[in-house]
Amino acid sequence: MLTILFDGIAYGMLLFVLSVGLCVTLGLMNFINLAHGAFAMAGGYLTVVMMNWYGISFYWCLPAAFIVSAVLGVVLERTLYSRLYDKTHLDQVLFSIGLIFIATAAVDYVMGASQQIINLPAELNGRFEFLGASIGVYRLFVIIICGLLTVLLQYVIGRTRFGSRLRASVDDRRVARGLGIDVTGIFALTFAVGSGLAGLGGALGASILSMDPTFPLKYMIYFLIVISVGGTTTITGPFFASILLGIADVAGKYFVPSIGGFIIYSIMVLVLIFKPEGLFTRSTRR
Amino acid sequence: MSAVTSENLRPIGTPSEQLVAAARWRWFEFLFWGIAILCGLSMFAPMLGFNVPIIPSKMMLMSEILILGLLALSIDLCLGYAGLVTLGQGAFFGIGAYTAGLLAKHGAGVAPLSDPILGLLAAGLVAGFVGFATSFLVLRGSDLTRLMVTLGVALIVEELVNKLKDITGGSDGLQGVMSSPILGIWEFDLFGKTAFWYTLIVVFICFWFCRRLVNSSYGYSLRAIKGNALRARAIGVPVNARLIQVYTLAAAIAGIAGGLLAQTTQFASPDMVAFHRSADSLLMVIFGGAGYLYGGLIGSVVFRIMQDFLSNITPQYWLFWVGVVLVLLVLFVRNGIIGLLSAAVSRSKGAGK
Repeated sequence: MLTILFDGIAYGMLLFVLSVGLCVTLGLMNFINLAHGAFAMAGGYLTVVMMNWYGISFYWCLPAAFIVSAVLGVVLERTLYSRLYDKTHLDQVLFSIGLIFIATAAVDYVMGASQQIINLPAELNGRFEFLGASIGVYRLFVIIICGLLTVLLQYVIGRTRFGSRLRASVDDRRVARGLGIDVTGIFALTFAVGSGLAGLGGALGASILSMDPTFPLKYMIYFLIVISVGGTTTITGPFFASILLGIADVAGKYFVPSIGGFIIYSIMVLVLIFKPEGLFTRSTRR
Repeated sequence: MSAVTSENLRPIGTPSEQLVAAARWRWFEFLFWGIAILCGLSMFAPMLGFNVPIIPSKMMLMSEILILGLLALSIDLCLGYAGLVTLGQGAFFGIGAYTAGLLAKHGAGVAPLSDPILGLLAAGLVAGFVGFATSFLVLRGSDLTRLMVTLGVALIVEELVNKLKDITGGSDGLQGVMSSPILGIWEFDLFGKTAFWYTLIVVFICFWFCRRLVNSSYGYSLRAIKGNALRARAIGVPVNARLIQVYTLAAAIAGIAGGLLAQTTQFASPDMVAFHRSADSLLMVIFGGAGYLYGGLIGSVVFRIMQDFLSNITPQYWLFWVGVVLVLLVLFVRNGIIGLLSAAVSRSKGAGK
C-alpha cells in the first residue's frame, strides 16, 4: 500500500517537472503548446543517445538534457511560436499538433519505432525496505531531484525580482507591459526554462515512462489533465494536481486495471465542467 | 466566406430573395459531384472494353474518402458555421460505427434489424443522442476548455470500447458485420461497387441537407454566433439552444458516417474512435478550408490520396509531411485549399478588370 503511494508520488513529481513549463507558458501567454511533450522526448532521447551510443554517465545526461531542450525551446519560440500568440486557440492547437507529428516522425525515422531502454547506474538500481514499504532507489532519486527543483522554482517565482515580474505578467500582461516589464523577454526565458525542465523530466523518466516516438501524444493528455485540474495561475496548483494524478494513476492501474484510464479522463471532464479555471486556483476576478 | 459575403451585400430584392440567391447551385458544385459520379461510373469501363488504370481497383478507397468527407462535413458544421471547436468528433463516428456494426452483426438474417438504411438511421440517432447529452458540456468555457472536454469525451468513449470486450470485441474489433442487401435488392460485393454508390447517395443526401441548413436563416444565425456570440444574443438569437442543436446534428451526421464505414468495410474497430480519427478529420477541414461545406470534402480527398501515396513509400514520411503542411497552413494560409483557390480566382478577376 505504502509502496503504491510512494511510486505514485514519484510518478507525480515527474509529471510535475514535465508539465510545469506548460502551465506557466499557458498562464503567461495564453498559448496552448500541445507539443510540450516533444521537448520532453528530446531530453529523453538525448539521454538514450548519450548513454547508449557514447557511454556518457547518466549524471551528465541530466544537465545536458536540460540545456539542449532549453536551447531548442528558445529557438523554436523565437522563430515559430512568437508568430502565433495573437492567433486563435484552434490555430495554436493545430500548429502544435503539427509539431508533434513532425517530431514523432523524425524520431521514428532516426531512432526507430521501438521503445528505448537505458541502463541506470548500478547505485540507482535496487530497492530497500522502509516502514514496511518497498522503496526503489531510483524513484527516491527522482523524488529528491524533483523536490529540489520544486523548492527552487517556488523560491524563484515567490521571492526573486524575476519571479515577481513573471507573476505580474501572468496576472495581467498588458498592465505589466505598461509598467515597463519586458514581457516578451520574460516569456522567452520562461519558455526556455519550461522546455528545459520538460527535457530534464524526459531524461529522468526515460526508464520509468516508456520512451518511444509516440511519447508526446501519449503524455499530452496527462499534461492537459494537470493543467485543467491545477490551473495556470500558481505552481502549487499544478504540483498538487500532478501528485494526485500520479497516485491516482498508479493506484488505479494497480487496483482496478480494467478501468484505470477511464477514471482519470472522467475526472478531467468533470473538473473542466464544474471548475473550468482549475481546482486549485486562486479566485481572480477575471 | 468572402465570395458569399459579397453576394449578400449586393442589393438584390428582399432578404428572402437574397437568401435564395446565395443558395443557388454554382458550376463548381456540379463539377464536384459530377466528378464523383464519373469516378463511380468508371467501374463499368472494363465491361465496355476500356482500361482505366487506377480507379476500378480503388472503389473501397473512394468510398472511404467520401465517408471521411462526411465526417469532416460534420466538423465543418460545428467549426466553420457555429465557431464551435471540437477535437472529439471521432467519438460520435465510433459510436455510429459500433451501433450499425452491432445491429448488422446480431441482426444477421433478421431482415429489419440488419437492414443497412435502418442501421444508418440508428447510428445517427444513437450518436445524436450522445451528442445531445454531451452538448451541455461545450456550452461553457473558452475554446481551450471545449477542445479538452471534447477530447476527454472521445477518450472516454475509446476507453469504453476497449474495455467492454463482450460487446465490442475489444481491441480485436467487431468482426462479421454483414448487412442485408440495400432495400432488399443490392447486395454488398467484395469490390465495394455497391458500397460506393450507397455511400455516394447517403453522403450526398447529408450534404444536401447541410447545404439547405446553412443557407437558411437558421444557418445565418449560426454564423452570427460564430461572429460574436454576445451580439448574436443581443439581437435575439438563442445562442445556447442553437449550439446544442448544431452540436447534436453534427454528432448525428458523424454517427451516420461511422455507420457507413462499418457497413461498407464490414468491420468496426477501436481505431474508429481513436484520437487520430478526431485529429485527422479536423485536419481535413483545415486542409480544405472551414466554413464552405466543400472544405471537408475536398480536404478528405487531398488528405486521403496523399496518405495513400506517401504511406506506400514509408509510413513515417506521411506523418512528417502532415505535420509540415499543418504548420505551414497555420502560419501562412487562411481557409485552406478553398481559401487559396478563391483568392487566386478573385485576383485573376481583379487583374481582368
